[in-house]
Order: sequence, then C-alpha cells, then structure tokens
Amino acid sequence: MSMPILALEKISKRFGAIVVAASIDLALDKGEALGIIGPNGAGKTTLFGIVSGTVAPDSGRVLYEGSDITRASPARRCAMGIGRSFQIPLPFTGMSVFENLVVASAFGARRREREAYQSCMDILERCGLAEKANRPAGSLTLLDRKRLELARALATDPAVLLLDEVAGGLTEYECQALVELIRALRRGGISIIWIEHVVHALVASIDRLLVLHNGAFIADGDPATVIRSPQVAEIYLGIEADA
Amino acid sequence: MSDSKRVRVVFESRASRIALVLFALGVIALAAAPYWGGRDDLQLLAEIYAYAALASLWNLLAGYAGLVSVGQQAYVGLGAYLLFALAILLGLSPLWALPLAGIISGLVAMPVAGLVFRLRGHYFAIGTWIVAEVFRLAASQVSLLGGGSGTSLPASMIIAIAPSRALRDAVEYWVALALALTILVAIVLLLRSRYGLALKAIRDSEVAARCSGIDVMRTKVLVYIVTACGTAMVGALIFLQRLRISPDAAFSVNDWTAFVIFITVIGGIGRIEGPIIGTIIFFVLRQTLADLGTLYLMMLGLVAIAVMLTAPKGVWGLIAERFGFSVFPLERRVILDDGTARK
Repeated sequence: MSMPILALEKISKRFGAIVVAASIDLALDKGEALGIIGPNGAGKTTLFGIVSGTVAPDSGRVLYEGSDITRASPARRCAMGIGRSFQIPLPFTGMSVFENLVVASAFGARRREREAYQSCMDILERCGLAEKANRPAGSLTLLDRKRLELARALATDPAVLLLDEVAGGLTEYECQALVELIRALRRGGISIIWIEHVVHALVASIDRLLVLHNGAFIADGDPATVIRSPQVAEIYLGIEADA
Repeated sequence: MSDSKRVRVVFESRASRIALVLFALGVIALAAAPYWGGRDDLQLLAEIYAYAALASLWNLLAGYAGLVSVGQQAYVGLGAYLLFALAILLGLSPLWALPLAGIISGLVAMPVAGLVFRLRGHYFAIGTWIVAEVFRLAASQVSLLGGGSGTSLPASMIIAIAPSRALRDAVEYWVALALALTILVAIVLLLRSRYGLALKAIRDSEVAARCSGIDVMRTKVLVYIVTACGTAMVGALIFLQRLRISPDAAFSVNDWTAFVIFITVIGGIGRIEGPIIGTIIFFVLRQTLADLGTLYLMMLGLVAIAVMLTAPKGVWGLIAERFGFSVFPLERRVILDDGTARK
C-alpha cells in the first residue's frame, strides 16, 4: 500500500502530571475506518485535538498525506481535508442549522456559497436534519446537536473524518441508521477515526480497533479479537461487546 | 428524494420586504431634504447620518467581530486629517480626497492591526485607545497642518465643492446621506456573505469555527480594516462640513467613541437596526436636553445604565425578540422548489 493518509509519530502530551499521550504512533490508511475505545480520561479526545490542531503536542509529528502538519492551524487542516465532530456539541447557536453547514462548506471545503447549498441540503437529509434546516441551531435537542456535529463535519468535505462519540443516546433504530451512514461514507472513500463507547455500533462499522489507556495504545487489531482480549476486559470490567 | 428538489435560499420575508419599502421611502424623503429643509436641518441630519454610520461600523466591529475597540477616533481623526492634507498640501478636490482618505486609512489599519491584535479582551480595548492617542500626538506635530492648534480648509477648496453656499450645503448633505447608506449596504452585504457567517460562527464557538476551516484571525483583521476604512471616510466628511480641524476635536474619545458606544448599546448591539434606532434616540435626547449642560451627559449615563439593566439587548433587541422581525434580515432560509418552506 501507499503511504497512510494520516500518521502520528511519537506524539507526546501531558497536562501537568497527567500523561494523555505517551509517544503515540498511529497510521490511518486511505479508506480505512479505525475505532478507538478506552476509559474516560485515557486521552482519546486530546488525540483528536492533536490531529485537528486545537491541541499542540509537546513532541512528535502529525503527517497528512506524507507532509508535516504539526504546526498547521486547525483551519488549514480542515481545508486540507481533516473534518472533526465534537464530543460535546459546539453548534453555531446563533444561526440556522442550514447555515451551520453552509459556513463549514464555504470555508472548510472552499466552496462558493451557492454551490454549497445543494450538497448542504443533501447532507442534512442524510443526517436526518432536513426538516429542521431553518431552525436556529440553538433550539436543537442534544441528540440533534450531535447529528449536526456529524453533518457540519461532512460539509467540510473531509478526506479524514474524526468522529467523537456520535452514537451515544441513539435508539437501536437510529444507531443502525448511523452505522449505515458511516458505511456509506466509507464507500465514498472517506477515511474515518471513530471514538465511541457504544461498542456494538463501532465494531459493526470499522476495520481495526485500538484501545487507548493512560496515553498509550495497549491493543490494536481486528475489532472482534481486540474486544475479547484480556487487556480490554481488565480495563473495562463488566463491559461486554454484544455485536 | 432530496436530489429531485432544487434548493432555493432567500433572506427576505414578507414583513422585511414591506419594511424595506418603507425604509426606501424614508430615504427618498430624506434625499429631498435640501428642497424642504433649512440649512440647520441639513446640518443636523448630516450629523445624524454620520453618527448612524459610525455606530453601524462600531457595531460591526464590536457586536459582530467581538473587537471592542475604544479607539475608533483614531480613524475618524486620521480620515479627517488625510482629507485636509490631500486638499491643502496636494490641492485635491475634497470630494475626491474623501474616498482616498478611506483607502489610505484602510492601508494604515493593516500594520496597526498587526500591533493591536497581539492584545486580547481588555488589553485590546486599551491598546486601541493608545493607538488613537499616538495618532493625536502625531497629528499635533504636523506643523504644515497647524500643529496642535489645527487649521482651516482654504476658501478656494470650499468653493471647489460648489460655487454657491446653498448648493454646497446640498452637495455635502447628499454626500453624507450617500456615504451613510453605502456603509449600511456594505455592512449588510458583508454580513450576508460567507464572512458574516464566519463572524457569527466565531462568536458562537471559536474552536468549532477553526475546525470548520475558518481562519479566525484573518476574518477579524478583515473586519478591522473594513471598519477603519469606513470610519475614516465618515471622519473626513464630518470635518469637511466643519471646515476646521484640530487634533483634540478630530481624535476626541468622547465624541467619536463614547457617544458611538452609547448609541450602539442602547439601540441594540449585534443587530443591524440597533445603531440606527440608537442614533435616533441619542439625537432626540441631545436636542431636548442639550441646554442642561453637564447634567445632560449625566442623564445620558443614566439612560445607558437603565437600558443595560432592563434591556441588555437594546431597544431593537426588544422589538426583534418580541416580534421576530428585522428590516435587514441576515438569516438564510431554505425553500425547496416543491413549494414547501422548511420550518
């Protein structure tokens, strides 16, 4: 295979005494979907911050399509093709749901505004928000805010999509729809890293599962195997994969 | 399926179209003021336009871009001094010097932005004030323009605008109206563009804005420069009408920032219509209370406190929230061409 689309090389980060990344190496191949699980505080969201550029690592390099983007701004990384959804939704509350996508498309995908309209509406349709296009984003429920996170990230036309706990709180039916959506995105050629606690949805959508614990990956491999591994059982006492 | 429906996006609603027509009729009536008003009326109206424009620009800067500057008098004074310099030293017609003063001020704003954008929050506010003071001190050093005591526009320049006094009054009045309208339209267009969306996005969540591809610094610098350019042209016009300039008058923090903030805050910060309503309120208060001297300023302060406590979003904020209405809507509404408007 060719070079990975995204790679972390010896990334380290600590907040005071707490190590959230201890010389992490990670490679995401083009078209690959990678899941990350790990207990709260393991450093999952910080890792996304480092990839998307909102958190500066203490050392190490971030490579996108082989070029070093460790110093690139979040806006530049987004325009290059790294899209991100936030675990705690950060909708642009003062504008409509539709406008949330238009602004992401205009800047993140460098589209002319008029050319963005149709694709924004299509994305809203896919994410189940089309009926609420004209609603102020601030009036959405938590669940719809999560949908909006995904939709806005898609509007930036990402090549690499970082999903941070988008399945939490969904019903079984909605969860299935999300899994279908993510599979469809993969067929469209988007590479994905997905942090998720809803393990069965995760396992159904990914090629490879990594377990992050105390800032280091302690398991990496086929999702079904990793989920049954003794290390995972040890960290997640009582959690079982019912995929 | 969505693919079969074409997406149409509109800003206006029926109510806003009616309001816009009324606004246009008002503008036409005001444009005819030289035919129905006296000299004093024209001067007062021109001053009102100047304040509405300054407040709209400050609103763009502070209300939309979150850049609370207390130093916009820097650009009022700079624009005014540039007009006098271009007219007196280079012999340029004042009406040509006016846009040129705006452009040069926009250029000056670039390095200044590099300086003040290193500061955040309160420090930014104080920094902008210091810049304005530096500009004032610099202006008082220019002996060709009268140094600290200032200078007047030569009679030949005044005549160059228009031969008769009545015509000159009318021309200056129309320029003031046209400039204020141009600034208002430019602000509406800017806020309706992708950059307007970017400003709102930054206001709501800077992190999410960055991760959606928005260069926060670039967007804010753009607004700062555009605002400087507009503010300078208004400043140039104000002092063209006064025919006299001095550093203390041109760089007055009281006249060009304190009053402007008062207008924006009581009218409704962060809304296009706010500064216009605020300007009307300000002038009504000023015309009725001006005889009271210092007491008048104290009463302005009381009004400001009362509005901030009872209606923090200003007078227009109250109206807009109660009736869900705006004259210059900035929000895109999606209409699918099967006729169904999405709620």
